[in-house]
Amino acid sequence: MTDLLGWRSRLPRGGPQLAALALALAANAVVSPDFFHLLLRDGRLFGSPVDILNRGAPTVLLGVGMALVIATRGIDLSVGSVMAIAGAVAAAGVAHGLPWGVSIALALGAGVACGLWNGLLVAIMGIQPIVATLVLMVAGRGVAQLITSGRILTFDEPHLLWIGGGAIAGLPVAVVVALAAAALVLLMVRRTALALFIEAVGVNPQASRLAGVPSRAVLVYVYLVSGLLAATAGVLAAADIRAADANNAGLWLELDAILAVVLGGGSLYGGRFSLGLTVVGALTLQTLKTCILRAGFPPEFNLIAMAGVVAVVLVIQSPAVGALGGRLVPRLREVRL
Amino acid sequence: MSWVVRLATSAALALILTGCGRSAGPAQHAGQLTVGFAQVGSESGWRSAETRMAQDAAKQRGVILKVADGQQRQENEIKAIRSFIAQRVDAIFLAPVVSTGWDEVLGEAREAKIPVILLDRPIETKDAGLYLSAVAADNTLEGRVAGEWLVGRLGGKACPVVELQGTVGSTLVANRKKGFQEAIAKAANIRIVRTQSGEFTRAKGKEVMEGFIKAIGGANICAVYAHNDDMMLGAIQAMKEAGLKPGKDILTVSIDGVPDIFQAMAAGEANATVELAPDMGARALDVLAAYRKTGQAPKFVQTPSRLFLPDTAAAEYARRKGLY
Repeated sequence: MTDLLGWRSRLPRGGPQLAALALALAANAVVSPDFFHLLLRDGRLFGSPVDILNRGAPTVLLGVGMALVIATRGIDLSVGSVMAIAGAVAAAGVAHGLPWGVSIALALGAGVACGLWNGLLVAIMGIQPIVATLVLMVAGRGVAQLITSGRILTFDEPHLLWIGGGAIAGLPVAVVVALAAAALVLLMVRRTALALFIEAVGVNPQASRLAGVPSRAVLVYVYLVSGLLAATAGVLAAADIRAADANNAGLWLELDAILAVVLGGGSLYGGRFSLGLTVVGALTLQTLKTCILRAGFPPEFNLIAMAGVVAVVLVIQSPAVGALGGRLVPRLREVRL
Repeated sequence: MSWVVRLATSAALALILTGCGRSAGPAQHAGQLTVGFAQVGSESGWRSAETRMAQDAAKQRGVILKVADGQQRQENEIKAIRSFIAQRVDAIFLAPVVSTGWDEVLGEAREAKIPVILLDRPIETKDAGLYLSAVAADNTLEGRVAGEWLVGRLGGKACPVVELQGTVGSTLVANRKKGFQEAIAKAANIRIVRTQSGEFTRAKGKEVMEGFIKAIGGANICAVYAHNDDMMLGAIQAMKEAGLKPGKDILTVSIDGVPDIFQAMAAGEANATVELAPDMGARALDVLAAYRKTGQAPKFVQTPSRLFLPDTAAAEYARRKGLY
C-alpha cells in the first residue's frame, strides 16, 4: 500500500523530513551562534532547542490527531477552536472554585465531546469532513467566548501554573505531555490492527467495509482522538500564558497541524500516515518560526519567509524530486521508522 | 423542546408586530431617545468594556441603546445599520470593523436623516458629511506618551529597547510605532534594537519575548515597549521564566490599560501603561445631546490618552476589574 507509485522505496523513509529538520536547525545555528547552548537552572533545562519543543508542543499534539484523521481521507478544521474551548473550560473551572483535577478532566471531556460530535457528523450523517468540522471551527470559538464571557480569564491555580512553567526530568511539562501523548497514540495504533483499519478506510471506505472493517467506528474514533489531543493542547496553551484567551488560543493552528502532517509525508488523499514523521514535521515548522523570529528581520517578512521555506521543503519531498533522487542513489532501500 | 421555541418565536413576533403598529412615528417612548450601536464584536476585554460602559452611560441618561454585535464582520454591521434605519432610531453609533466600504449604507442613513457617530476607529470616505462626528483616541499620541515616559524615566542612561508590535499592516500599529519613535527621536541614549510582531496576543507576546531574550541576551535589554497590554503580560512571564525581574531589570511600557496590567504594576512587575479610554459611548451620547440642542457637533472628539503608573495601580485594578 505504501508503494503504489513505486517511487518511494528509492529513498529511505523519513529521509527528506529529517533532512529538512536538520537544515532548519542549522539555519538557526547560523542566525544565533549559541543556539545549541543548554543550561540547567532550578532543575529545568533552558535553551533554544527546549523552547522549540515547548512552543511546538501544541502543534505536535494537533498534528498527531490530524494525521489519523487525514489518513481516513478526512480533515479536522475544528482543532484550534477545540483548544480555545478546553482552555476556557479549565480556566472557568478553577475560577468557580472547582479542584484543578476536575477542571482539567472537564476540559478534556469537552474535547472528547467535540470529537464525538465531529465523528458523528462524518461517520453517521455522512457529511463531508471539511464541512462537518467547519461547523465547530466557527461555532466553537463562539462557545469558548461564551464560557469566558468575552474576557481573558486569568488564573493563579498552582497546579495549572506548574503545567505551564514546571518541569519533569528537566523538560517543560508541555514537552513531556506532548511526547508522551504522541508515543501513546503510536503504540495504540501500531501495536494493534488499528493503523491497518485507518489506512484501509482512507484508501477505500466501501471496500474496507465489505471486507469487515468497522469503518464507521474507526471514523468516530479518529475524530474523538483528535478532539482529545486538541483539548490537551488547549490546556497546555492556557497554562502557558496563565489565562484562557478564547479569541486567540489555537487561532489558525489547524493549518499548522495540517502542514505538519503534509511535511511528515502524509497524503491528503488518505491511506498513508506516519506519526513519527508528523512530529518531525511539527518540530520543523516550529524551528523555522523560531529562526525567523531570531533572525531580526522586520516582521513584515515573517509570513513570506515562512511560505518560501515551506514551499522549498514540500518541493524536496515531492514525487518528482524523489524520483530524481532515486535515480542518483539507486540502491537505498526503504527504512521504516 | 420545539414547542418552547415555537412559543418564544411567536411571542417575539407578536412583540415586533405590536411594536411596529405603535410606532407610526419614530420607534420610541415619549421623549426617550433610541440609539442603535453597531459594535465590532466582543473580540477583546477592551471591546466588551466599551460595550458595557456605553450601556451604563445610556441607562444613566435615560437613552435606549440597542447594541448589535457584528462578530467582526462588516456585512453584519451593515445589516445592523439597515435594521436600525428601518426601526427609525434617533441616532446610530458605529464602531467600524474595517475602514472602507461604508459609503452606501451611511448614505442610506443620511437619507433617513439619522445622524451617525463613529466610535474608536476612523473610516475612509471622500464624503465627510456621511457622519456627524467621530469619537476616537489619537493612536500616535498614545505611542508618544509611552515614549516620553521612557525618556523621562531613564534620564539619559543608555537604553536598548525591544518593541512588540501588533498585527502587521494596521493603521493602529503604524501609528503607535510612529508616536513612540517620535518621542525617542530626540533621546540619543534610547534606540530600538529589535522589533517583532506579537499579533496583539499574550501567547505570541511571550513567544517573541522569549526569542528576544535568547537572541540578544536579557542583560542587553533595558526596556520593552508593547503595542498592547496583553502582549506585555505574555512578555512579563517570559522575563520571569528566564530569571529576569520585569519592572526592575527590564522596564515595561504598554498601551490599553486592561485590568491585568494594573495587577502586574501593583505587584511591581510592570512600570507604565497608556490608557485607551473605553468610555467612548458616553462621549458620543454627549455629542448627540449637544447636537440635538444646538444643531452643532464637533467633527472629531479626541479621547484622552492618560499615563498610569504603579502608584495608583491597586486602586485602578479594583475599579476596572468588573468592567472588562
